[in-house]
Amino acid sequence: MIKEENYLKNLAELCLSKSKSFGSTDSNVVVSNTVSESVNIRNKKLDGSERSENLSVKLTTFIGKKKASISSSNLKEKNLEDLVKRCVEATKITPDDELNSLPDKDLYFVGDKNLNLYDDTHIENEQKINFIREAENVAFSNEKIVNTNGSGFSETKSNFVLANSSGFSNGYKTSNFTAYCEVVSKSNGSMERDYEFSSRRFFNDLMKPEEMGKNASELAIKKLNPKKIKSEKISIIFDKRVSKNILSTFANCISASVIAKGTTFLKDKLNEKIFNDKINIVDKGDIKKGIGSRYFDSEGVEVKELNLVKDGILNDYLIDTYYGKKINKKSNGRSSGTTNLYFKNGEKTLDEILNSSKKVLYINETIGRGANIITGDYSVGASGVMVENGEFTNPVSEITIAGNFNDIFKNLVLADDLEFNFSTNSPTMLIEGMTVGGI
Amino acid sequence: MSNFFKDTDLDLKKAEKLVSDTLHNCDDGELYLEDTKSESIVLDDNKIKSSNYTTDIGYGFRAINGDVVAYSHSNEISEKSLINSSKNLKSTLKNTKGTYNYEIKKTNQKFYKEIDPIEEKSLSNKILLLNKINDYSRSIDSNVKQVTANFLGEKKSVEILRSGGEILNDVRPLIRFNVSIMVEKNGRKETGVYGIGGRQSYEDYLKNDNWKRVCEEAYRIANTNLESKPSPAGEMKVVLGPGWPAILIHEAVGHGLEGDFNRKKTSVFHDLVGKKVASEGVTIVDDGTLDNRRGSLNIDDEGTPTEKTVLIENGILKNFMQDRLNARLMNTRSTGNGRRESYKHVVMPRMRNTIMLNGKNTQEEMINSVDRGIFAVSFGGGQVDITSGKFVFNCTEAYEIINGKIGAPIKGATLIGDGPSSLKEVLMVGNDMMLDPGIGTCGKAGQGVPVGVGQPSLLIDKMTVGGTQI
Repeated sequence: MIKEENYLKNLAELCLSKSKSFGSTDSNVVVSNTVSESVNIRNKKLDGSERSENLSVKLTTFIGKKKASISSSNLKEKNLEDLVKRCVEATKITPDDELNSLPDKDLYFVGDKNLNLYDDTHIENEQKINFIREAENVAFSNEKIVNTNGSGFSETKSNFVLANSSGFSNGYKTSNFTAYCEVVSKSNGSMERDYEFSSRRFFNDLMKPEEMGKNASELAIKKLNPKKIKSEKISIIFDKRVSKNILSTFANCISASVIAKGTTFLKDKLNEKIFNDKINIVDKGDIKKGIGSRYFDSEGVEVKELNLVKDGILNDYLIDTYYGKKINKKSNGRSSGTTNLYFKNGEKTLDEILNSSKKVLYINETIGRGANIITGDYSVGASGVMVENGEFTNPVSEITIAGNFNDIFKNLVLADDLEFNFSTNSPTMLIEGMTVGGI
Repeated sequence: MSNFFKDTDLDLKKAEKLVSDTLHNCDDGELYLEDTKSESIVLDDNKIKSSNYTTDIGYGFRAINGDVVAYSHSNEISEKSLINSSKNLKSTLKNTKGTYNYEIKKTNQKFYKEIDPIEEKSLSNKILLLNKINDYSRSIDSNVKQVTANFLGEKKSVEILRSGGEILNDVRPLIRFNVSIMVEKNGRKETGVYGIGGRQSYEDYLKNDNWKRVCEEAYRIANTNLESKPSPAGEMKVVLGPGWPAILIHEAVGHGLEGDFNRKKTSVFHDLVGKKVASEGVTIVDDGTLDNRRGSLNIDDEGTPTEKTVLIENGILKNFMQDRLNARLMNTRSTGNGRRESYKHVVMPRMRNTIMLNGKNTQEEMINSVDRGIFAVSFGGGQVDITSGKFVFNCTEAYEIINGKIGAPIKGATLIGDGPSSLKEVLMVGNDMMLDPGIGTCGKAGQGVPVGVGQPSLLIDKMTVGGTQI
């Protein structure tokens, strides 16, 4: 099973001391170990199993303001020594960069680790197969479900230690249980696929297989026999699976790296209103059992709760040490990105949003990476269902939706149905005045 | 010959015995060993932002019986680790009565040299050149505000041990050079990205100041986009330029013709072999045998020699792309498309260099024939839903066409189409086939592998353009 903290700490210490002996003035190392076991089934039959074991080291060495790094999974002592040497040699010939340094000492995480991120339950493969087979059984109980794209269950346990030459040395175990069921529906020559998915730190918190199978089959059937529609300006509702992507794009636009380089349309927007005043965005690293929870970032800096957007106003950036220096701000522990990022609930019910106009387009899937964070332009492929007078009518596919985030952010309205299923979460979202491209 | 067991408690004999014992009574499987060295150097914001060197070594042990695949991988090459993996495989595949197929075609074909591109150019020289690239890019125009440039070099050595003691080897060099330029004018910002690469050394791509051409191209795209106006929305005629826009083919039909989706009958193409799936004059091949190309391989990751596989011939669907598993279950042969990202990943049928061959028309004829449409020259990426056949790709350089003439540049838009019908909408196939510059990575089920694409200019009758102007 996974290596214990002492084993990882020893390896980390070895890397730090060797770096020093080869001439580094500072160094930072991550030693991580992951063991993962998964099964896949298809049409209720076993399709495959996978077991994965990985132990690796990532080392960064500094000489004054010079920096270079190596990573390796070949941890035989001789090889490790050669690599550390190579790293220090590379550091020597890399140009100085004034911004290179370890974090300020007062920012390191020192607290208790009590977030419940590790469940040592081990689910035997047989049990995994039964779990996911149950989901497919339920999905197949509808005759329109004719096939599966595969369903699976994986269990992952990880442990890591982060140590640096400033004396920081800490790490912790995490676990993850993930199940998914992806089915294919067919009717009148139309074939569609959809899925349900659940990922949790603790096995007992996973969505039950019956619910998973039922949701997957309902979603796949709902998409059957879609129509194309005419191009028009129309209000759009983003299902929670899609609305969270809008939030991820927002996060990409406010990382210190793009702010410092000016490669984001949100540069110079700090303390300005970029959403309407009902919108609040939080990044909270200390949610118990949270999928995105962590104690410290990849530099060891404590992860504090951030109110990124307050009453529509951009209130903070996601900051690491390097780019923080460039924009004269202290790291707020986001060198590994966001933690549990979410929109706070809006005031409308889902029903109110569905009835917000006579005709709205409910989007449950987008395809393609169509967000340009420099210009804020957005254009993606999509499929969904028309909603007329609050009722779901016919499915729609092979359309595009486009707009600009400046407008999207100002116009979006949120429902009150936030759930924490991913590391980034959003309630259902209504956006007025998007352009739909069709026939 | 094998270096994988050096400094371990294993030797080739022990490993072979373990492989043969484990795969006894299985239909297929192998021990795949891999040793990868890679180096990435990034210049960003006028500075060398990172210099990273990575070595990764490990094995993937696979046993297949019927249609069930058991896979176990680790970066610890030792007897204990292999025995654990063997046990894990056997616990999935109980009471097997398979017949191991020993036959695998031999080859001496070599489409690239066994070089180590990382060591062929020193780190200081690479840093020096990146700084020159930065200076040059910024000197093109005072509107250039940001430059990111990077070198990625890799040497991957693979060794495949099959039951019965057969051993297959390949050494695969790969490099990539990318430049991204942001320009700013009157408060408006746009970027342009361009890159080159393949399975040769850096010098082969960068000599004669060839890198300047890459900077100029990235700048040209960015600068063009400064003048771009909002893109139209809705269905219209589309002219695709030659080369990189062939990611249309990759997305529209390529993925749908991979053996696994067709064996599982989840691809829209699964029952269309021998049927017309594209306009007459459309011939598409997947070719792993082009010299030094990014998508080329001497052997695939199961040891099968690669080949030039005809997928669509004159509009008729001829073949799927197969790995050994799907080929066996569909009573055909592997086409050498069995690939994996690394030892940490299972084998799947994947594309290599996917190419539409030349037709007769000129690009001029195509543009002249369009009353209202768009001319798409460069793309970011694409994606496809295999089951519904719907695919998208994102333009990064496109122009409107009005009354047979190329007009103003338009903002990047997503184009969406339907795989099985879009190739039937091809009205003209150009005579100007070009391969892409060598930067493509294809993602499938979380695995990225290097691929190539190519095509001549194409005129497509209708695709939906995801702009904002109705």
